[in-house]
Amino acid sequence: MLRKALANFLRDFGPARLIIFAFFLFLCIAAVLLRLDLAELLTSSLVRIGMWGVLILSMLPAIVAGIGPNFGVSLGILCGLLGGLISLEAAYRLEGTFTFSGGDLFFAAVLFSLPFAVLAGMGYGWLLNRVKGSEMMIATYVGFSMVSIMKLAWLFLPFTNPEMAWPIGRGVRVQVSLANRGIAHILNNFLSFKIGEVVIPTGLLLFFAICSFLMWLFMRSKTGIAMRAAGDNPRFATAAGINVNRSRIIGTTLSTVLGAVGILVYAQSYGFIQLYEGPMFMPFVAVAAILIGGASVKKATIAHVIIGAVLFLGIQVVAVPVANAFTSDWASMGEISRKIIQNGVILYALTQTGSGE
Amino acid sequence: MPEKYVLEMKDISKEYYGTRVLKNINLAVKAGEIHGLVGENGAGKSTLMNILFGMNVIHATGGYEGSLFIEGEAVDIRTPQQAMELGIGMVHQEFMLIPNFTLTENIKLNREILKPNPVSKIFGKNMRSLNRKAMNADARKALDMLNISIEEYVKVSGLPVGYKQFAEIAREIDKDDLKLLVFDEPTAVLTETEANLLLEAIKSIADRGIAVLFITHRLHEVMEICDRITVIRDGVLIKTKNRQETNVYELAELMVGRKVEKMSRKKRSHAEREIILKVKDLFVDMPGETVNGVSFEVRKGEIFGIGGLAGQGKIGIANGIMGLYPARGEVLIRGEKLPLNDPQKSIAHKLAYVSEDRRGVGLLLDESLEMNIVITAIQNQNKFLHRFGPFSLLNKKAVRKYARQMIKDLDIRCTGPAQIVRRLSGGNQQKVCIARALSLNPEILFVSEPTRGIDVGAKSLVLETLLKLNEELDMTIIMTSSELAELRSICDRIAIITGGRLAGILQPDDSDVDFGLLMSGQKSRKGA
Amino acid sequence: MEKPIFSQRLKAFTANNVVTIMFVVLSLLGYLVSGMNPFLFLLDIVNRVSRNAFLVLSLIIPVTAGMGLNFSIVLGAMAAQAVMIFVTHWGVTGLPGILLCMVLVTPLSAILGYLTGRLFNKTKGQEMIAGLILGFFAQGVYELFFLQLVGGVIPMNNPALVMSSGVGIRTTVDLSRGLKYGLDQPGAGWNMPNLLRPTLPWTAAAVAVLGLAGYLIYCRKKGARLSKSKLALLITGSVILLSWSIYQIQSGSMINSIRIPLLTWFVILGLCLFISFFFQTKLGQDMRTVGQDREVAAVAGIQVDKIRIIAIIMSMIMASWGHIIFLQNIGTFSTYGSHEQVGLYSVAAILVGGATVDRAGIGHALLGVLLFHTLFIVSPAAGRRLFGDAQVGEYFRVFVAYGVIGVTLALHAWKRLLQAKNKRETRETAGEAEE
Repeated sequence: MLRKALANFLRDFGPARLIIFAFFLFLCIAAVLLRLDLAELLTSSLVRIGMWGVLILSMLPAIVAGIGPNFGVSLGILCGLLGGLISLEAAYRLEGTFTFSGGDLFFAAVLFSLPFAVLAGMGYGWLLNRVKGSEMMIATYVGFSMVSIMKLAWLFLPFTNPEMAWPIGRGVRVQVSLANRGIAHILNNFLSFKIGEVVIPTGLLLFFAICSFLMWLFMRSKTGIAMRAAGDNPRFATAAGINVNRSRIIGTTLSTVLGAVGILVYAQSYGFIQLYEGPMFMPFVAVAAILIGGASVKKATIAHVIIGAVLFLGIQVVAVPVANAFTSDWASMGEISRKIIQNGVILYALTQTGSGE
Repeated sequence: MPEKYVLEMKDISKEYYGTRVLKNINLAVKAGEIHGLVGENGAGKSTLMNILFGMNVIHATGGYEGSLFIEGEAVDIRTPQQAMELGIGMVHQEFMLIPNFTLTENIKLNREILKPNPVSKIFGKNMRSLNRKAMNADARKALDMLNISIEEYVKVSGLPVGYKQFAEIAREIDKDDLKLLVFDEPTAVLTETEANLLLEAIKSIADRGIAVLFITHRLHEVMEICDRITVIRDGVLIKTKNRQETNVYELAELMVGRKVEKMSRKKRSHAEREIILKVKDLFVDMPGETVNGVSFEVRKGEIFGIGGLAGQGKIGIANGIMGLYPARGEVLIRGEKLPLNDPQKSIAHKLAYVSEDRRGVGLLLDESLEMNIVITAIQNQNKFLHRFGPFSLLNKKAVRKYARQMIKDLDIRCTGPAQIVRRLSGGNQQKVCIARALSLNPEILFVSEPTRGIDVGAKSLVLETLLKLNEELDMTIIMTSSELAELRSICDRIAIITGGRLAGILQPDDSDVDFGLLMSGQKSRKGA
Repeated sequence: MEKPIFSQRLKAFTANNVVTIMFVVLSLLGYLVSGMNPFLFLLDIVNRVSRNAFLVLSLIIPVTAGMGLNFSIVLGAMAAQAVMIFVTHWGVTGLPGILLCMVLVTPLSAILGYLTGRLFNKTKGQEMIAGLILGFFAQGVYELFFLQLVGGVIPMNNPALVMSSGVGIRTTVDLSRGLKYGLDQPGAGWNMPNLLRPTLPWTAAAVAVLGLAGYLIYCRKKGARLSKSKLALLITGSVILLSWSIYQIQSGSMINSIRIPLLTWFVILGLCLFISFFFQTKLGQDMRTVGQDREVAAVAGIQVDKIRIIAIIMSMIMASWGHIIFLQNIGTFSTYGSHEQVGLYSVAAILVGGATVDRAGIGHALLGVLLFHTLFIVSPAAGRRLFGDAQVGEYFRVFVAYGVIGVTLALHAWKRLLQAKNKRETRETAGEAEE
């Protein structure tokens, strides 16, 4: 009986996830044995979880609404970046008249990005409703195309703030610092405290927790329930009087909005807004994280988001110093392990979709 | 010397998960004979054919009992390929054709004529070139045999439906060693002229000494071309008759006949009550169940049955009225016009629906029982919600209470309201579907195939539940079912749908012959 | 069936070739705006088409087998680079080196192709996204091997290739003393005229004459009749091409210094002939069948999964050869980057040529390479002329590559949904006809 239950558990858990979990354990044990600075590892793990959390959360409404992991969340990311730049620009233009704190500017950035994200999300949802069955591939290329057309936009948008522009030439810098205006680490430092040597980035984690809680509430609202049904079984949903296409658009829009908010959280923690190639491959990290957390391309919960964030980002944080002990080129080793795990997990999830007849 | 049969099936029996679907079937077909195989849906025809073709579903479920003989030799057919090699061919109901290929390419599919070339001498016969000239000649020959004058190099995509059927047949008769050809409801999609052409073609195929097994429910076609006719019902061979010794009426009776287990209920009349539902010229575009203009009226408090064979359109009616498949025509609820093609509107007009596709449309299999029960009411009537201005939140307590009530009322066997419905048995799943329909407080309840895939014991429970709802709540019920017996046991009137149209409306105690004739597309003796 | 009138045919033609037509217009505009020297343009385009054509052709077979655009050719490119690193290390140079690369890479790509095919059989319907992600995954494995293992676990003592730390291959591999121009220019120094490197005008003249004659003989032999208008078009085309060549030769312009790598083109021509021959064989026909309808193919007794794996293996081998041709022309490659864009640019090119997810031919591939690289050459110059910034053009062409793929995929998916809908409607009318 127990053996059967164990076997069932292992099957549900899946070999890929098992390997990753084992790998994480191995890394943790290795970290202890190698006498690495555990407090520092834990600190940077917490920061990374918080900074990626909302981006990973953005996968949830997309999967639940039935469009699958949102490989095109770069669209939302771009809207967030745009909001960030507008906020910085506004601060520059209104300089002298008003003074803004970093917190004001952070929330202004979120506010500015929202209309873009909502509109883009709706258009994107409209498109995805027309390509049912091929959402993942098309989402990926919508993302790639948008990132590359925004590269042109970064060159042409009429921003005048000298912190953003190249000293010579055209357009916005590749990295725009958020330190000058006090936006950098605004969430990380909010109410942050120390337990021993471990720094707890309270504001960052709190923000992620609030977003997750709001999402949890949404999933229990009328609209959220409709979205769940539409994603789970569109034919059932239609019969239950649910507008499936509308639900999918809501899911896509929500995902895009969370992408926009998510990148701003990421940026304030990182200290820079990264433009141009920056957002290109970020969706894959978020997709892989939620899949590692136990989601499939059709099913996901908030627990998957959190477990995924802890596992995937934990590995990334611990892997580098552990690799350092074995190889001279440890920086690339961390990057290599991330590539293999991230894409291996996505591939594994794709083979589990049951489309293989 | 005993007569030589191309195919003999002796004492064939088959069980699926403990249910006996075929019992000691004996069937023999001679060379050049056209043998009709007649039976309702679920009578066991397709299972018999699956055995003949060695389909995987048979062997994956424990094989079959009995023996097969091809030209007197015992064979054990394990794969469709093997069946093909033994000279058994099948003309499918759904076309196995590639639209972008020419007729020739389709006819010679995977049997292409090849010629060697220098590359193939090194890399093997997979690299041999196609000999298109020889292939075209072969295709021409097969098409000529069917009296089809279309050029063999035409692409199939441009052909009318009827000709596609001929392309299928041409492919089969092009096989040199073809001994037995099975036609599975070949005329279902054809116009009358096309069907006549096809019947002619079948005759000429038989004249060449090929045995033909003709599966259909169109009794007049059977009477027109078959030499002998076998009737199967409920997995049992009822009778094999020579054509000369029988007639359409007898076949109809043999096909349908069964004892009607009447539930103890009196004949009721609703003639004086209001007309609650009026359907006029309803067309529904549901793949495989097209409705081509159906009109009928249902009175308040009635249990109205809709019967007929699969693929004839009976399923399409409820799906069309509920807005699940594109429909046009006129549907009046208490004289008020119902806007079609909008499920929300249908639900708002106090209609509720229990789908025939329980697992596909009827349930969210991985959600809890309670969520399955309340979701439609949440979405359409804002029940079970806390409201905070524009925001809403599920009222867990109210849901739980209602689900508990339903579990008690309908006697749903489960571990509790939070159980995942995938783990429930078929009968209990069906009750969950009914509970959801009830959560809407409907005036008219559509129920399609309520007992499909349910244990025998649970079947009568479901039917009793429906009866109870009708009697206690005065709910009008429109029940669609392939099982005539079930319709006859609880319905007040039964409409029979054939070819997407209303063949007639019968009383439950009308004779088997009448039901059989209507179902096979004949005029009833007393006229509909 | 009546012949549709001209305006309808034009409309249908436009609708079916939107992407290509847009690209022709875009390329022409770009060329005009850029104000490029025709000599520089021709020099560049001849080079780019010669080195890319083979890679793009490798996409045709999987499309025909119904597996969509094969983004996994990136793996073939990695295999090619791996082999070229070792052949460079062993010091085999020139044409023999190239041949050795091709021989060695074949079994390696076959294995990769087999594994990829297995993966695609498990992700039916999602092959393209699986191929794309597989490329990223393989990138990780490739880096693990060449960055961490070579020089360490796998000994390699070659300061020109290995990083100064002794572990890992350098980020760029220089082929200039080895495999560079091994195929383009066998056994000769750069700019040494020889028979295998005729000038562009002479080649054009030869193509004009021999091509026309060959085509006419071919039609004669096949017994196919050419319509008058088509014949007139062919002859006019040849005459124009011929007179242009003669004019160039006479004028002695710079264009006479542009040379065609004949051997490379023979290889490309060979591949084209092989592909068209292949679809006339049993295996090719099976592949077409599987591509049209897996279910029907399976019922007819074709081993669908096996055929799909073969298609990917063939594509993978072709891609690895194509990448070898590509790199020997460039003469240097970035160890950890050169393969990355192979999938993107090849797929974009074939789509520009008019291919779709389920239809691709030699014509699409060749036209696509020509158009796509025209835009590629002219857009930085056009960007500089229009905005005073070449960066604009560079960003623009990358956007176009992604955009073309996105748009074609979306159009295809949309069309498929509409078709499923239409199918239902025709069934309904068929049902009504029965009345």
